[in-house]
Amino acid sequence: MDVILDNFDLFWQGWLRTIQICFFALLGAVPLGILLAAARVSPVPSLRTLAGGWVTVLMSCPLTVVLFFMAFGLPEIGIKGSYFWFGTIGLALYSASFVCEALRSGINAVPTGQAEAARSIGLSFMPSLGLVILPQALRSSLPPLTNAIIYLIKNSAIVGAFGVGHDLFAVADTLTAARGLAALPVLAGVIAGYLLLVLPIGRLLSLIETKVAILR
Amino acid sequence: MSSGTLLYDALGPRAGRRVRWFGVVTGAVTLGVLFLVGEKLATEGQLSADKWGPLIDPANPRFSTLWSFLAGGMLNTLIVAVLAIVCAMAFGTAMALLRVTSQPWYRWFVVSVIELLRGIPVVLLIFFLARVLPEIGIEFSTLTFLVMGLALYNGVVIAEIIRGGLQALPRGQKEAAQSLGLSSWHTLRLVLLPQAFRMMLPALIGQLIVVVKETSLGFILSYEELLRRGQIAIQSLHNPLQMFFTIAVIYIVINLGLTLLTRRLERGARKKAPGTPADDKTPAAPLPSPAALPEVRV
Repeated sequence: MDVILDNFDLFWQGWLRTIQICFFALLGAVPLGILLAAARVSPVPSLRTLAGGWVTVLMSCPLTVVLFFMAFGLPEIGIKGSYFWFGTIGLALYSASFVCEALRSGINAVPTGQAEAARSIGLSFMPSLGLVILPQALRSSLPPLTNAIIYLIKNSAIVGAFGVGHDLFAVADTLTAARGLAALPVLAGVIAGYLLLVLPIGRLLSLIETKVAILR
Repeated sequence: MSSGTLLYDALGPRAGRRVRWFGVVTGAVTLGVLFLVGEKLATEGQLSADKWGPLIDPANPRFSTLWSFLAGGMLNTLIVAVLAIVCAMAFGTAMALLRVTSQPWYRWFVVSVIELLRGIPVVLLIFFLARVLPEIGIEFSTLTFLVMGLALYNGVVIAEIIRGGLQALPRGQKEAAQSLGLSSWHTLRLVLLPQAFRMMLPALIGQLIVVVKETSLGFILSYEELLRRGQIAIQSLHNPLQMFFTIAVIYIVINLGLTLLTRRLERGARKKAPGTPADDKTPAAPLPSPAALPEVRV
C-alpha cells in the first residue's frame, strides 16, 4: 500500500494520461467508425468495398503491428510526430473498424419488416431512416458499441507499452523496472486504475442499454 | 447487402445514375490517393530494391536468410497461439462450469474473478505475470508467461461465450435430461455442454483470431514471435516501412483464412439451427443474435 501512496502522484498522472489517450482516440474512432458504417451500408458499391476492405484489414491486423507501422514506418517517409500522437491516431484508426462493425450489426439487427412497414405507411427515404430504422439500430448497437469502447480503453495500455510515456502502463514499467520497487503492489495499483476506468463506464453504458433496450 | 435492402429501395434509373456517378468519384479519389502515396514513397526512396529486395526478391542474397528467420518467428507465433487457445478453452470451460454450477455463497467470487480478468488489459496481465511471479520465486520461460497471460484472459472471454451458449439452450433440453434420471453433472456434460459448444463454435474460432493477434504482444517480453523477429531484422536491413507492411500482410492472410473458416461454420450452424428436426443433436432454438451474445473481442 505504501508503494501506491508514496507514488500516488505518478499514478494519478498516469491515470490522467491514459484518459487523455482514450479521449483523443475515441474522438477520432467514433466519427470515423460512423463514416465507415455509413459507407458500408450505402448503395454505392465502390464505397462499400472500400470501407469493407478497410475494416477487414484493420480487424485482422494486430494493434501492435499498426502501431509499429505508424511509429517506425511513417517517419521513413517524412511524417514526423510524437509517439503520443502516433499511438493515439493508430489506436483511433484501429478502433474505428470495431465501432463500424458495432453500428453495422445494429443496423442488421433491425427486422426488415420495420423498413417495409415504414414504406407502406408512406414514409419516404429520410423519414423512414431517421424515424424508424436508425433509432432502433442505434439502440441495438449499444452493447457491441460498449464493448468497442471498453476494448479501446484496454488497448490504450498497448499504446502505453510503446513508451508513449507517463500513462498507467508506463507507470508500471518505470516503477518496477527502473526504480526496482516490488512489482505486486505497483501492478495492483495500475490494475485498479484500469478497473476504475473500465468498470464504471461499462456499468453506465449497460444502464443506458437496459433503459433503451427494445423488447422483441 | 442484407442491410442494403433494409435501408433503401431497389434503385430506379435516376438513383442508379447518381450511384454510378458516386462510384466513379470514389474510384477516382481512391486512385488519386494511391498515386500520391506511391509518389511520396518513390521520392523518399522507399520503393528501392535495396529496401524491398530482401523481402520480395528471391535473387537477393539476404532473401533466404531473412525468410527462414521470419518463418521461425511465424512458427513461434503459431506455437503460442495454439498453446494459448488450448489452455484458454480448458480454463474457460472450467470457469463457465464453475459459474453455472456455483452455489450462491461463492458465486460472487467466481463472478468477480471473471470480471477482474476481463477488465484488465491483456498486455498488462502478461506484464503482471512476468514481473510478479519471478518476484515470489516462480520462474518460467517467456513463452510460458505469454501463454499464461493469453490463456487467462481469453479463458474468461471463452467462459462467457460458453455461458451464453448454455443460456441460449431451450429449457426442454435440461428438463428432458433430468427426467431421464441424469445427475446434474451428467446433464451438463452429456447434454448441455456439447450443444453449447456446437452453437458457439463460430464465436470460439473468432476468439482464435483474437489470440493470433494478441501473440504479437510477446514483444513486451522480447519473445521472438513474428513481430519481434521483424523488429530484429530491421536493425540490420533498415527497412521498417517495408518490413512492417509485410508482417501486417502475413497476419492479415492468417486471420482472413480463419475468418473465412468462421463464416463457413456460421453458415453451417445457421442452416441447421432454426428448429429443423433433421438432427436430434441440433438445438431447436434459433441462434441468439450476435448482439445478444457476449462480445468476443480483445
